[in-house]
Amino acid sequence: MSRTRVVVTGLGTTSPLGGDVASTWEGLLAGRSGVRDLGDVAEGLPVTIGAPAAVDPTEVLDRVVARRLDRSSQLALVAALEAWADSGLDVVQAAGDLVSERFGVAFASGIGGVHTLLSNHAILLEKGPRRVSPISVPMLMANAPAATISLKLGARGPVNTPVSACASGNEAISLAADQIRLGRVDVAIAGGTEAAIHPLPIAAFANMMALSKNPGDPTTVSRPFDNARDGFVLGEGAGALVLESLEHAQARGARIYAEVLGTGITADAHDIAQPDPEGRGGTRALRLAVQDAGVSPADIAHVNAHATSTPQGDVAESLMLHAVLGSHASELVVSATKSMTGHLLGGAGALEGVATVLALHHRIAPPTINLDDKDERVELDVATKPTDLPQGDIAAINNSFGFGGANVAVVFGTPT
Amino acid sequence: MSTEEIRAALAEIVNEVAGIPADNVQLDKSFSDDLDVDSLSMVEVVVEAEEKFGVTIPDDEVKNLKTVGDAVSYIERNRAS
Repeated sequence: MSRTRVVVTGLGTTSPLGGDVASTWEGLLAGRSGVRDLGDVAEGLPVTIGAPAAVDPTEVLDRVVARRLDRSSQLALVAALEAWADSGLDVVQAAGDLVSERFGVAFASGIGGVHTLLSNHAILLEKGPRRVSPISVPMLMANAPAATISLKLGARGPVNTPVSACASGNEAISLAADQIRLGRVDVAIAGGTEAAIHPLPIAAFANMMALSKNPGDPTTVSRPFDNARDGFVLGEGAGALVLESLEHAQARGARIYAEVLGTGITADAHDIAQPDPEGRGGTRALRLAVQDAGVSPADIAHVNAHATSTPQGDVAESLMLHAVLGSHASELVVSATKSMTGHLLGGAGALEGVATVLALHHRIAPPTINLDDKDERVELDVATKPTDLPQGDIAAINNSFGFGGANVAVVFGTPT
Repeated sequence: MSTEEIRAALAEIVNEVAGIPADNVQLDKSFSDDLDVDSLSMVEVVVEAEEKFGVTIPDDEVKNLKTVGDAVSYIERNRAS
């Protein structure tokens, strides 16, 4: 019996580079940084830069809808609505031709509704328990973004919230693809969101020495694979992908951006925050994904690296790619888009999934900025300019790794 | 504050919380049946009204506030003058 094939038919994002896919993709190809000085919100903190969403979601959403959602859910909804419209399934649904019970959601967040939690905590201390918002629980709960999308779009299949820190968004893509492969749904919205630019998470990440303390021009601070890298930059936003069984997509004549060929998920069981220095867990995830995809190393033309700009992680990722792809790892085109977007935590794998799919669709890999002096231990061809990808059937990998030792790799391929 | 001033201020709160046009928030309107204010939104309205009007509206009392007029007269009766 042949396996159910899963394709990507819709994309959406609201990111540090723009409020939609077109502006984000344009920003990525132009090598534009979304990192800036955070101003008042970061006053007195050890780190004062970040990459906030370029467009405030409350300017896009209906006011009454927005006020009942944490910022993380607002961003998720903006991205999901764009992806849904982009897929054309909004029209199918309006015509009554979408089976809502066969429509699922897998939408992640690494941290959840942290703004809602902390602002209500401030109210509790200042004004007392009576003033705590009665809707703070549905706003801050981990599954709020997924549930918001389910409610808005009428998805009545499985509505999941995979949580694996900075791998969450990519895990959501993997989980949604599995639900379709298992025949549980025909259509799923996958993605991830994060809105954690708040003094507490900034202080906490800074104190664990995860964030860059690089002084100077904020746009040069996120510098994956560069010798001067010293930590990541906190980003904010969401990415969404509409996944669909190939059969369902073909039956309605949908535009197919790419196919989800394979996925791999593993855990390090090494340390709660540090990556395995030899990248063994990540290597297994990559190997599983490539095997699941049924492709050979030579088919992989592009990797959107996790590459957060930390000293240890970026080197480990190079080791992993070589362990799985051999010498071909030095030949394919690697992009580290966090150099421009910062690190969206639970949204990262989703935004980078969108970027990976667009790279295949347009056959061009986005550049990596601020790579002035490459770490010699990184034996990869990291694109510093937009770089053409080959014609023919090609595949690309989206890598994500997270605290807790989570490793997720997803292999996408051009449609066949 | 006159009855009308209280109604108008309450209408602003209902508009802020639930997006109902303030002009629709009239004394004879039922929160749930006419204005579509659900139970969680009603709690938000109550909490905002407590702060705005300087009253306390116990949870047991909220279920008796079926119409805008019920709420306005409760506020009138219990406001610290």
